[in-house]
Amino acid sequence: MGSEAIIFYTLSAIMIVFSLLAVTSLRLLRAAVYLLFALGATAAVYFMVSYYFLAAVQLIVYAGGIVVLIIFSILLTSHINEKLQKPDPLKMILTGLTAIIGAGVVWLSFSEYTFIAEPSTGIIADMTTIGEKMLGYGEHGYVLPFEVISILLLAAMIGAIAVAKRTKTNQDD
Amino acid sequence: MAIAGVAFMILFAILGIVLVYAERKISAFFQLRLGPMRVGKWGTAQTIADVIKLLLKEPHINKDADKFLFNLAPFVIMISAFLAMAALPFAKGLQALDFDIGIFYISAMSSIGVVGILLAGWSSNNKYSLIGAMRAGAQIISYELSVGLSLLTIVVLTGSLQLSTIVESQADGWWIFRGHIPAAIAFLIFLIASTAETNRGPFDMAEAESELTAGFHTEYSGMKFAFFFLAEFANMFIVAAIGATVFLGGWMPFHIPAFAGFNEVMDFIPPIVWFFGKTSFLIFMMMWFRWTFPRLRIDQLLTLEWKYLLPISLVNILFMAFLSLMGWHF
Repeated sequence: MGSEAIIFYTLSAIMIVFSLLAVTSLRLLRAAVYLLFALGATAAVYFMVSYYFLAAVQLIVYAGGIVVLIIFSILLTSHINEKLQKPDPLKMILTGLTAIIGAGVVWLSFSEYTFIAEPSTGIIADMTTIGEKMLGYGEHGYVLPFEVISILLLAAMIGAIAVAKRTKTNQDD
Repeated sequence: MAIAGVAFMILFAILGIVLVYAERKISAFFQLRLGPMRVGKWGTAQTIADVIKLLLKEPHINKDADKFLFNLAPFVIMISAFLAMAALPFAKGLQALDFDIGIFYISAMSSIGVVGILLAGWSSNNKYSLIGAMRAGAQIISYELSVGLSLLTIVVLTGSLQLSTIVESQADGWWIFRGHIPAAIAFLIFLIASTAETNRGPFDMAEAESELTAGFHTEYSGMKFAFFFLAEFANMFIVAAIGATVFLGGWMPFHIPAFAGFNEVMDFIPPIVWFFGKTSFLIFMMMWFRWTFPRLRIDQLLTLEWKYLLPISLVNILFMAFLSLMGWHF
């Protein structure tokens, strides 16, 4: 087993263990931190396969953005002594069964599909290509979905502001 | 690889010691004092004595603190600082990681550091720590935007995010001169926003000692406190180094295209001297800010970012794109 394989299996183990911990931990903030570890390990796998852009996106969006947001909201709402209640056994058993069935389905479909290993696919994923494709309107250009998503995000942002904004009447009270 | 790692660790330790000494001396001179003078000649051994003191101190943990997260927080901050520092170009070829996403990588790595601050504040089980962490978090997340946008303004000119390419592209002159008006605006915004991103004065309400004792690291002692301290100075070095690399040419000597003789004289100064000279200049500027301006209030701070810096940098990036399309830069 080469060093790459060792690193890969270590990262995979980290991902699996911390994903499990993230959903089983009874302390809210710890669960968020375990999620951060799982996401970080995913980014490390992307770095391993030299897909740097996706790795950095994974870190900046998930680790630096979403997890920070989750941690922030936990900081605002929960106290350090708070612990989540243990769910009742029936729920735990059912959830466990669902998880096992889901994993089984994934495993089955993976084992039935034959992966053809191609040493070099010739796909260049450097920054310039990504940028040009993202804003390209020719073949393989993604400018339309890109713009549609940005409009969706804008709408979501305006909606969030509208929800969070205090009305004048509330201030007068 | 291992040698590079050890080199970075040593650099980290030396940076901490040197920058703390510099900060204390500079702050003293700004306040017409002498600063540390007793230990060693001109107090040069003072920070070494401080390090030994911090190493020997008892690591104290609150009884009701979340011990796992409390111990984890300093490491998260240190790791993010280490990862960001690994991509800095110190001289031609003297760069541990040279990705084609250079600047993006550094901003991604430094965005993880805020997790450590939030965890430290929450797990200490202390009101001051919690408020300090919330302020620091809000501040860092907001100012990250302006830092990123001001760097992107120069990326419009370089056409690449790779740090080595950005330095090479400044062989005929640094971008702050060649990009003139928008580059100067971007540089100013970068200076303000990066000072705020590193939680330094005048933007240091996160650890405003007059109201919050020490903010998010109130409950930390000994080496764990030193980690926060070290990470703060390392982050200051990182942002200064990025600023020097993107705006001031990094390790590239000062060149004027028309004067070949002058350029050759400049080439005699080794690149590493240029890099550390520019970086220390920017660090000095940040220290100058800290000891000159009074502290802002938290609402003023967020207003400054969201209502002034962010719109200005957005317009500035458009202006730069227009300039670059028209070929009006040098």
